[in-house]
Amino acid sequence: MAQFVDRRLNPRDKSLGNRQRFLRRTRVEVRRAVDKAVAERTIADASKGGAVSIPTDGIGEPQFHLSNESGEREYVRPGNKEFVAGDRIEKPKGGGAGGSGREGSESGSDQDPFSFALTEAEFLDILFEDLELPDLVKASLKDVSAKEFRRAGYTNDGATPNLAVLRTMRVSMGRRFALRRPTKADVERLEAELAGLEGRAVREPADEVRIGELSRDIALLKRRQRAVPFIDPIDVRYNRFTPTNVPRSKAVMFCLMDVSASMGEREKDLAKRFFILLHLFLKRKYERVDIVFIRHSHEAAEVDEQEFFYGLDSGGTVVSSALKAMIAAREARYPAADWNIYCAQASDGDNSGGDSRDCVALLAEAILPQTQYYAHIEIAAEGAINSDDSRHTDLWRAYAGLKEGASNFAMARVATRADIYPVFRQLFARQARHGGAP
Amino acid sequence: MTATTLTAGASTAGDGFLFEGAEWDFEMVRRVYAAIETIARDDLGLDVYPNQIEIISAEQMLDAYSSVGMPLMYAHWSYGKRFVRDEALYRKGYQALAYEIVINSNPCISYCMEENTMAMQAVVIAHAAFGHNHFFKNNYLFQQWTDASGILDYLDFAKRYIASCEELHGHEAVESTLDAAHALMGQGVFRYPRAAKLKFAEYERRRRERVERETRDYRDLWRTVPGAAPAPTGDLDEQDARERKLRLRLPEENLLYFLEKNSPTLRDWQRELLRIVRNLAQYFYPQRQTKLMNEGCATFVHYTIVNRLYDKGLISEGALLEILHGHANVLTQFDFDDKRYGGINPYALGFAMMQDIQRICVAPNDEDREWFPEIAGREDWRAVLRDVWANYRDESFVRQFLSPNLIRKFRLFAVSNKASDSSVRIEAIHDAEGYRRVRSALADSYDVSANEPDIQVVDVDLLGERSLVLRHTLRNGVRLAEVDREATLRQICRLWGHAVRLEETPIKAC
Repeated sequence: MAQFVDRRLNPRDKSLGNRQRFLRRTRVEVRRAVDKAVAERTIADASKGGAVSIPTDGIGEPQFHLSNESGEREYVRPGNKEFVAGDRIEKPKGGGAGGSGREGSESGSDQDPFSFALTEAEFLDILFEDLELPDLVKASLKDVSAKEFRRAGYTNDGATPNLAVLRTMRVSMGRRFALRRPTKADVERLEAELAGLEGRAVREPADEVRIGELSRDIALLKRRQRAVPFIDPIDVRYNRFTPTNVPRSKAVMFCLMDVSASMGEREKDLAKRFFILLHLFLKRKYERVDIVFIRHSHEAAEVDEQEFFYGLDSGGTVVSSALKAMIAAREARYPAADWNIYCAQASDGDNSGGDSRDCVALLAEAILPQTQYYAHIEIAAEGAINSDDSRHTDLWRAYAGLKEGASNFAMARVATRADIYPVFRQLFARQARHGGAP
Repeated sequence: MTATTLTAGASTAGDGFLFEGAEWDFEMVRRVYAAIETIARDDLGLDVYPNQIEIISAEQMLDAYSSVGMPLMYAHWSYGKRFVRDEALYRKGYQALAYEIVINSNPCISYCMEENTMAMQAVVIAHAAFGHNHFFKNNYLFQQWTDASGILDYLDFAKRYIASCEELHGHEAVESTLDAAHALMGQGVFRYPRAAKLKFAEYERRRRERVERETRDYRDLWRTVPGAAPAPTGDLDEQDARERKLRLRLPEENLLYFLEKNSPTLRDWQRELLRIVRNLAQYFYPQRQTKLMNEGCATFVHYTIVNRLYDKGLISEGALLEILHGHANVLTQFDFDDKRYGGINPYALGFAMMQDIQRICVAPNDEDREWFPEIAGREDWRAVLRDVWANYRDESFVRQFLSPNLIRKFRLFAVSNKASDSSVRIEAIHDAEGYRRVRSALADSYDVSANEPDIQVVDVDLLGERSLVLRHTLRNGVRLAEVDREATLRQICRLWGHAVRLEETPIKAC
């Protein structure tokens, strides 16, 4: 008779290791494909993972094959309709495969890109690989520390949820061995023998003696079992946790976005894409980073995520209002002594007359000295990205002066969807905090 | 235990059927298995390894696909590549999954998909657990070359060993060695059994005997006899080369074996990796030579068993029709000019040949008597088929048993194709003049070793630059494809550590 095994409940993802090896090997190509996917799809879609295609170059498994462009061969095909022996049939021209056209199915497919699907986690890992917030621990190492409970061996007393079952059973087993506690099997063996003897129709005198012995032994074993408990309170062990000081970096990211009337659909879309990317990045890489969303037209307001990305608002443009709102939030909740402060600003560069100077003053005096990193992206008009300096906006020119003095200030321009991800990488590339405008 | 007592005990199925409807449970599968086993053993006389039938999900089937169908396998990126590709194809609906996978092991493991209906499970059990299983256990190639009882343990060893190598030597080093070894998998099999290695004691005894004989027979006088052969002087280089070839047992067709034993650069763990890849290649080699027969045998077995189940009143007409529908789908043979044509379907031709042998045994006509005098009218087709399954491989099977009847039925024709010509020539069709030529050409196409490049190690320059000389012996002037040629040679270089030269020579007329 056969064995039937239900394997459906076995651990899943048996191929995970192979899959990771494959991704590691094709890392460069997959990165390129992911970059492309970000540019082409909406970010929300792209970040869910999905199909990517890579060229087959790096993943070939070479073997010796026989060429079908030389020599002669004979083969058999089914389904003859009208041929008779001796017929000659022209080979199809330019099929690439020099042999018979009917064998063409295999060739050619080598050139197709290799398509497969990435999971969301894989996708984001690749997307944000080598990116980080610069200088994350600088401020925090000084005085910010938090307590965290870490495992530290076992202890004899503790709370029930911390019971270390395996360790307890191990200790209990040792004690049972040492004290020679009879096992269940011992008792059962004697009981079985006893039952066998008692069940006999005719009993010899020797049997009676044996029955007496067995009953006595069983009683003795059982008493011993009761006397030596299976688990004694002295066996019980608990996991021990001890509080440890761990340096913890507290970080906050201020996202400042211009939503004034001068930002058209296109500009808003680009700005939002940038912030969605930033948001995904922070969530993926830094669990404990606070994010503060501030949007402004002629006045600024701190809003929640939903409002920030999907709210409708319009008006004039006063950029400094957003900077002031940011300073206010910082004073109230994120003292610079305890927090690493980051800021990302997106704007189309329009600003009401004279306000740009105020912005520069605010940045230079109040913000940059207290900030780890400040990134400004400007949504440029389409095609403007390569034009000369004279067409730069008011705000850009004002900010450009700042760049000289402050190493923690970076700025970049984006004009199309495809620019966003490269600019994002450039702004947050590991050890690239001096990265500025191209 | 007989099927009838089983049905009597079955409370769920009415009318004495083993099952009704599509749903299945383990109790039902057991019942059906017992009924199938009765027919397989008592009626067909099959001899099988103990069966282990495992129910798996679609995802696990994908896992099994990617690890060449084995239940456990060492880790390598190429299996990941296969997995992501199959997964993408499956999710998009381009590719359906197999109903089953069966492994040549003892006990014989068959994977059945949970999505199969009960009728399909019955077919799968008959097909895999009895058809393939019988073939694995009895065919001479499998007996000669594979160790069904040891394969799972060996894979377990391979998996652990390679994992430990990855830890010790790093992923990259292991990966590049395995890549190189995989490139030579096609040249990593022994095609002929080699002379058994002498036990050391035996070797020593023979050596001593030889020395004694030489001492006994030595006559110094013979040296002075005029006209005696002069002491071997000859070209020292030539002598050296001869000795070297003798010592390295050249020429050698198993490149992986040669590199494992003789490469000057490989480290011990790398040699072990080569040996693992080589052993797996050898394990799969019989399967590649018997695809047609193996599928033909399994399909014939399930077809016969399912019909017997129906005759005995154990399955309903609905179930039989469902099974025959699936059966017909698998057996479709498209014509060469059909868009869906993808070669000769081994299920279709294999099954047709098995049925044809049965027909020749039971109801032969004059043509059959002329072509197959040994089996025509022999009545006991079961014994004939069992003998066929045990003693042939695809190539010899077609050469021996493809009948004119089937050549006509499939309308087979032979085409010859010279690469230099602009046209191909029809050499033979399904007529009296053509049968033998078609049959022989088809048999040749199933000869695995004749359709792979014949590459052998012919010489090694051990004293000089240590270059390795490979020779590709051309058959019918067919050269190696440029694609991958250099890449594969580079992989050999990596294993050999020094220059590798590949020469192509036409086959010598004997």
